[in-house]
Amino acid sequence: MASFTLHVNGKTHQVDVDPSTPILWVLRDHLNLVGTKYGCGIAQCGACTIHVEGSAVRSCQLPVSAVSSQKITTIEGLSEQADHPVQKAWLEHDVPQCGYCQAGQIMSAASLLNNNPNPSDQEIEDTMSGNICRCGTYFRIKAAIKSASNSQEA
Amino acid sequence: MTLIKTTYGRRSFLKVSALAGGGMVIGFSWLASCKPKVDDVAKMPDEWFEINGFLKIGDNGMITIMSPNPEIGQNVKTSMPMIIAEELDADWKDVIVEQAPLNTAVFTRQLAGGSQSIRQSWDGLRMAGAGARYMLVQAAAKTWNVPAEEITTAAGVLSHEASGQTAGYGEMAAAAVSIPVPEELELKEFKDFKIIRTSRKNVDAKNIVTGKPLFGLDYKKEGMLIAMTVHPPAFGMKLKSVEDTEARQMPGIKDVMVINTYEEGTPRRWCDVDSFPELVVVIGNSTWEVLQAKKALNIEWEPFEAYEYEVYGWSEENTSKHKVPSGLESTSDHLMRMKEAAGKTANVVRKDGDPEKAFKNADQIIESVYTAPFLAHNTLEPMNFFADVTDEKAELVGPIQTPEYMEKSVSDRIGLPLDKIDIQMTRQGGGFGRRLYGHFLVEAAVISQKVKAPVKLIYTREDDMSFGIYRPAYYVTYRAALDKDKNLIGFHVKSGGIPEAALFANRYPAGAVENYLAESWTQSSNISVGAWRAPSSNFIAGAEQSFLDEVAEAAGKDPIDFRLELFEKAMKNPVGERNDYDAERYAGVLKMVKEKSGWNSNSAGLHRGVAAYYCHNSYVANVLDIEMKGDKPVIKKVYCTVDCGIVVNPIAATNMMEGGTVDGIGHAMYSQMTFKDGVPQQNNFDKYRLIRHNEAPKEIEVHFVDSDVHPTGLGEPPLPPVMGALANALYKATGKRFYHQPFMYNGSEMPS
Repeated sequence: MASFTLHVNGKTHQVDVDPSTPILWVLRDHLNLVGTKYGCGIAQCGACTIHVEGSAVRSCQLPVSAVSSQKITTIEGLSEQADHPVQKAWLEHDVPQCGYCQAGQIMSAASLLNNNPNPSDQEIEDTMSGNICRCGTYFRIKAAIKSASNSQEA
Repeated sequence: MTLIKTTYGRRSFLKVSALAGGGMVIGFSWLASCKPKVDDVAKMPDEWFEINGFLKIGDNGMITIMSPNPEIGQNVKTSMPMIIAEELDADWKDVIVEQAPLNTAVFTRQLAGGSQSIRQSWDGLRMAGAGARYMLVQAAAKTWNVPAEEITTAAGVLSHEASGQTAGYGEMAAAAVSIPVPEELELKEFKDFKIIRTSRKNVDAKNIVTGKPLFGLDYKKEGMLIAMTVHPPAFGMKLKSVEDTEARQMPGIKDVMVINTYEEGTPRRWCDVDSFPELVVVIGNSTWEVLQAKKALNIEWEPFEAYEYEVYGWSEENTSKHKVPSGLESTSDHLMRMKEAAGKTANVVRKDGDPEKAFKNADQIIESVYTAPFLAHNTLEPMNFFADVTDEKAELVGPIQTPEYMEKSVSDRIGLPLDKIDIQMTRQGGGFGRRLYGHFLVEAAVISQKVKAPVKLIYTREDDMSFGIYRPAYYVTYRAALDKDKNLIGFHVKSGGIPEAALFANRYPAGAVENYLAESWTQSSNISVGAWRAPSSNFIAGAEQSFLDEVAEAAGKDPIDFRLELFEKAMKNPVGERNDYDAERYAGVLKMVKEKSGWNSNSAGLHRGVAAYYCHNSYVANVLDIEMKGDKPVIKKVYCTVDCGIVVNPIAATNMMEGGTVDGIGHAMYSQMTFKDGVPQQNNFDKYRLIRHNEAPKEIEVHFVDSDVHPTGLGEPPLPPVMGALANALYKATGKRFYHQPFMYNGSEMPS
């Protein structure tokens, strides 16, 4: 056990956990931020995607000891009122079916648009292929990212 | 005018009562569509017409609909209330939908499965809305002392034009409670629909995109412990011994135990499928600590002897024996066994004319074998459940498709009566059939009872994927006989599998061919199987539609024209009497996809495949276009035409069509579960391939048949036919027929 200071969604938290604990389980079990999902535990499905210093990472493979001084954003901290351009686009396109993967999809998409405000279809496909949607909503995810991209431009 | 009766015999579909604190509650029968035959009424159990849905109108005008059916992503939580709101003339923005807990005293058939939610509840929901509207109108007529016929309703407001009076539904709700329920209600004409047939977005969408705790895995309760299980690494194995000294001493660990989910001698239900009833369980404070302790266990496993257990029939009056063979099975042995079985005598399920003679006299015989592997469901939210079991009661919370059945199994296992067991349903991170089988719910209850604390049971992805309850492995032999004029004179389907076969003997092309033979065979296995999205159809549609393509080619006919000729025959001069499809609607989606895709004109540089299929009461046809990039097939576009009767919520229906299309392509192309000595060879997404964003079709175009037919479901029908359209397009693109799923790994050659 060791004590870590975490900076999550603009707030500072103290946690006392095993240093090897993935930040996913710290968020879910210790900080009660359950919007970040567990899907595979081996960084293959993308359901656990969060932002560390603004970049998308898979939280299931990232030990808490590696992020204690960094700025973490989870789906709960992406916006106050579901008004991030990506969230708005997700609502506009009515993307979710079961909805379980969507937090991870949205975090990957937000990071993509942050780094590349006007991605091509190919760039969207390449980036988003790390996130599995078992319901198959890929078509709408792509449409929503394009909408969000246009709205950010405007 | 459409009238609907609110009573059947002495039973009523509607009950009205006052809502505590003002307003009205209408209890209604969610299943009013399931009208039994008159002869059956005497035999019916009383609960058949039990009120199983609730509609509350508060004095503030807010309308709450308790949705009894589990939401697994099929969007019933939005579309079912739309039907009530339509007949009620409610303002959609005043409607709130809540997931009802399992309550067998008031709800029945709380189940998501078989794409039946909308189909079975259509009449009941319309009646509830129309009933509430009727009583509000009568109450207003009485209060204002005006004729009821002069009162109009719109967007939750009652108006009487002549006297200039208006009232919101909330103001009239308390008075409406005293209005007697009429025996007959008038329903809206379809042309007057204002909500049904318009697109309404997912009522949970905002909670989903903001990461609210909606799912079972998100559920928490003060003092809750985390539990994880270890099951045998191979089918055919059981627990021999556990050495847990090290694990018990690890930080945060509360207990290590062995449980039996289903005790010997107690019959199981159909949804109690479980290859691994004996489990090692680790219980601790946090997920990561329990995961670490799991790795520190030292467990010995041993092969089991063949055994059998009792399974209840549907009525639970009788039981039958389910046999589990011993042995450590491998995929290579499965294929050998299936090849051998396919050459032997099988069960004749349907025979028309004289198929033997037709094949003997044939000018040409086409014969092909199609296969598909076991598949895991892989809901992205793994199996999990919360349980808090004390001596007095059991509280269970989580994602389950069959709460009503599982409550009985939990009751049997933990020894508490049904009325002491409360099951609450969370949103479910995918179902696909997997959460029909609720062993994990029983496991959680048994663990909580033993550890005397609230626990949340969590499966890791590996636990989930290697636990079983797979789609069976399938093998089908098709034969077609053509005469010298290339007419189809004989058709033979011989369908088999481990441990189940996929066959719908009375569906197309049955009824369209004079001489027809349908047979089935099975091979036993200790690998457990269960319903997987569009059971049986998820294989046989692709095989059948590929084979018909081969036959059309041999007959020198366009594949769409060839199929339409058969439908023509089934419409005008059907063979046999048990044909289980509507040839006109079937041909309708095929003609529509031909037109929408520009089948004969719009294909420069594209390799196109077609398929049409009927299952779960809906009809779907596809044209799928492939473009080759080097030797890599790229799916440019899929056209989907659908006849599911009235489309309640077009945006959600289109989403289901798109998703099902992607799902069908993905599993036909990439997914498989294989075995070596009983060990599942894929246990996470690095080895089990699911379709990804860059592999999905670039475009999906969905068209619905404009129909006034009673609506049918869409959870399953989109998936099966696209597998055939894909195989047929791949043939055009590569010159090779794709017989063996997954196409990316097997394709034209049967794996060995």
